[in-house]
Amino acid sequence: MQVPATFAYERADSVPHALELLERYGPEARVVAGGHSLIPMMKLRLAQPEALIDINGLAAELGRIAVEGDELAIGAMVRHAELLESATATGLFPIFQDAERVIADPIVRNRGTVGGSLCQGDPSEDLSAVFAALRATAVVQGPGGTRTVPIRRFHQGPYETAVAPNELLIELRVPVVPGAGSAYEKVERRVGDWPVAAAGAVLRVEGGVIAQAGIGLTAVGAGHFCAPEAEAHLVGRPPGEEAFARAGRIAAEHCEPHADQRGPADYKRHLAAELTRRALAGAAGRI
Amino acid sequence: MRITVTVNGQPHTRDVEPRLLLVHFLRDELGLTGTHWGCDTSNCGVCTVHLDGVPVKSCTVLAVMADGHEVTTVEGLERDGELDVVQRGFVECHGLQCGFCTPGMLLTARWLLDRRPDPDEAEIREAISGQLCRCTGYENIVRSIRWAAEAQS
Ligand SMILES: Cc1cc2nc3c(=O)[nH]c(=O)nc-3n(C[C@H](O)[C@H](O)[C@H](O)COP(=O)(O)OP(=O)(O)OC[C@H]3O[C@@H](n4cnc5c(N)ncnc54)[C@H](O)[C@@H]3O)c2cc1C
Ligand code: FES
Ligand code: FES
Repeated sequence: MQVPATFAYERADSVPHALELLERYGPEARVVAGGHSLIPMMKLRLAQPEALIDINGLAAELGRIAVEGDELAIGAMVRHAELLESATATGLFPIFQDAERVIADPIVRNRGTVGGSLCQGDPSEDLSAVFAALRATAVVQGPGGTRTVPIRRFHQGPYETAVAPNELLIELRVPVVPGAGSAYEKVERRVGDWPVAAAGAVLRVEGGVIAQAGIGLTAVGAGHFCAPEAEAHLVGRPPGEEAFARAGRIAAEHCEPHADQRGPADYKRHLAAELTRRALAGAAGRI
Repeated sequence: MRITVTVNGQPHTRDVEPRLLLVHFLRDELGLTGTHWGCDTSNCGVCTVHLDGVPVKSCTVLAVMADGHEVTTVEGLERDGELDVVQRGFVECHGLQCGFCTPGMLLTARWLLDRRPDPDEAEIREAISGQLCRCTGYENIVRSIRWAAEAQS
């Protein structure tokens, strides 16, 4: 039987209240959202926070999905299932539907949140690659107020993010790019599993050439979950199989996958190239 | 910490440690052993219960997180001595062998039919994809849920 070590438990009823509780309990306190990463780690005693600040009471405050100006705002407490079912989000960016359909399983998706996924900072996390491809901005709030962090600077290493112990991730803001296509491709060992490798792509074409390209990669050791060299290769070229295959190879060259129970490093590198190619082709087909 | 959880319509107040998991609260504190406990790692789904009407894996929810909320367990599916239609489906179509996965399967089936009264086989398989059955090969579980969909229409 797996049981967490003892901890103090507090329930936050607003963002300022959560920040106040984080301040009061200090750096050994952790917020708990869906708990589907944190509670398993506590059961294995890989995490032993002294206090848990439960932010499920902020589900309404931080649970919005809405277009504001030229950005799509997705609150940190949006559950995976809500993102999957949001016509607003998946209508603008089908990449959300592609990815959410294969994150965990429907029961886990009822509980796990977008914010928890990003703050966990797992190097195999799917949404990190999705938001990297979309060049989202993270909105973070702390005692000193609110600040924004480009998603490509959000992850600072495995399980490390730009969110300080006394801060909360509030929402993700995704620039709405009219006429863009997007797609996500993942290989998993079995239904509901973490990826062996996965790639997301966002493309915009203008006058017959690629005007904007976003590529996100997860589980293959891509720095900040993105592939800037492959993106640079694409911009200014006509979209097509040759350009996509080349971009896939460039993305794979810049990855540093590790061998683990999900597969050897060379297989993951192969997947990085192939899944990038497929995601780009999928995105182009949706423009 | 003192919590009150409404389980199958009945409020229950207990003093619990914050680290107590909902599955153990239901089984050990309330004696509702219909909720099973298997992998302990949120993979097998035998511990699935409804929290405010939505299926969750209760081995990965703290009991204190259910304070002030409503939980439905397999014991709560029956109404006035009548089995729920999904339970009848599992009886009719031999949807269980050892029965270990069954409570979780039933609760997910109920939720699916509430949202999609006429699911096709692919939708049923997707809905139960977070739950493992080591006996039936899923064929009869899918048939049982289809039976329930037809019976309630
Ligand atoms: C069986 C299973 C399969 C899974 N499969 C996949 C998969 O295929 N792909 C995938 O990407 N993920 C997968 N996951 C992870 C799942 O998506 C988790 O729900 C998610 O990673 C964490 O979200 P959470 O809300 O549960 O976070 P929690 O566990 O509550 O929190 C995770 C971390 O983030 C911090 N945190 C949470 N919210 C905030 C906030 N607003 N501000 C600051 N810090 C915060 C917490 O303090 C904690 O450190 C799986 C999980 C399980 C249990
Ligand atoms: S015991 Fe909860 S998912 Fe297996
Ligand atoms: S009936 Fe035995 S595990 Fe499903």
